[in-house]
Amino acid sequence: MAKSKSKGRAKNEINASSMADIAFLLLIFFLVTTTIVEDKGITVKLPPWSDEKPDITQLKSRNVYSVLVNAQNQLLVRGQPMGIRELRANAKEFISNPTQRPDYAEKPTMAIISLKNDRGTNYRTYLEVYNELKGAYNELWNELSLRKYGVPYDEDKLPLAYRKAIKAEIPMVLSEAEPTAFGEEK
Amino acid sequence: MSKFAKKRGKADPSISTASLPDIIFMLLFFFMVVTKMRDSELKVSVVTPFATELTKLEEKSLVNTIYIGRPSEKYKPVFGTKPRIQLNDKFARYGAEEADIRLFIEQFRTKVPESRRPQITSSLRVDGSVTMGVVADTKTALRKSGQLKVNYSAKRRPN
Repeated sequence: MAKSKSKGRAKNEINASSMADIAFLLLIFFLVTTTIVEDKGITVKLPPWSDEKPDITQLKSRNVYSVLVNAQNQLLVRGQPMGIRELRANAKEFISNPTQRPDYAEKPTMAIISLKNDRGTNYRTYLEVYNELKGAYNELWNELSLRKYGVPYDEDKLPLAYRKAIKAEIPMVLSEAEPTAFGEEK
Repeated sequence: MSKFAKKRGKADPSISTASLPDIIFMLLFFFMVVTKMRDSELKVSVVTPFATELTKLEEKSLVNTIYIGRPSEKYKPVFGTKPRIQLNDKFARYGAEEADIRLFIEQFRTKVPESRRPQITSSLRVDGSVTMGVVADTKTALRKSGQLKVNYSAKRRPN
């Protein structure tokens, strides 16, 4: 005699109403621990370390754009004091040399930016100077890209071949000298 | 003869909450994906400077972070006010910063598959008020350990 199904039998279902609560709990945990700080910044490539003294090659002084920053955060650009606001435009003019001035770079491929700071220079100032110099190159690349391909220069979207062609025409050469130690923080 | 007589088959007015867990789960997954757990407590105060020419660091697993700044309020009595370097959750030993940085980089490298090691980026989160001396020393240490891809962390300058 088969057992008849009991009338009051519970349904074979897991109660899912607490699922939302569990999910909420997890959600709140992740909300609290989340720090959506994207890491952004100025990417640079450091030169490899070598114990040998670099051999000094004599460069034509017209091709060298020297930027010195002292411990008082003042700029000396090619022997002239300069405000940080003028740096970008000045560097751009130096690199591209649209008027063929005899004291500016012969052509963009030969331009070298030499940056030297003191150990007492403020990091904020240093980064600002670096930012302006990088900005000068970015603007030049952008102009060239618009002229050549009709699209703005974009590190991510522009095809690699285009980027290479642009960088071949205006390479960014920024050499950093060992900092001086006049104004080291005590 | 009311026009607004109650309909006989009136629907239950309660909103179905059956899809609520799904919505919550969706949010949950979003936050799980974007979350980057801060694995180390910040012992130095770091306010990164502003800049405009920024690049975004894409892959978090290939980024190691070096903090440089003055010790925060809690650590001032012990560590003083001179800029210090923080690696993971420890201060770099005073006078042996270079060795510590090299060890830190080496340890990070072992966690990354060999084929991806050249893409490792060091993110330098440096306080704006710090002088370049300590930063230059850090750069030298990084160069000596062959870690050449460096990102100076900065905030976008508001216009």
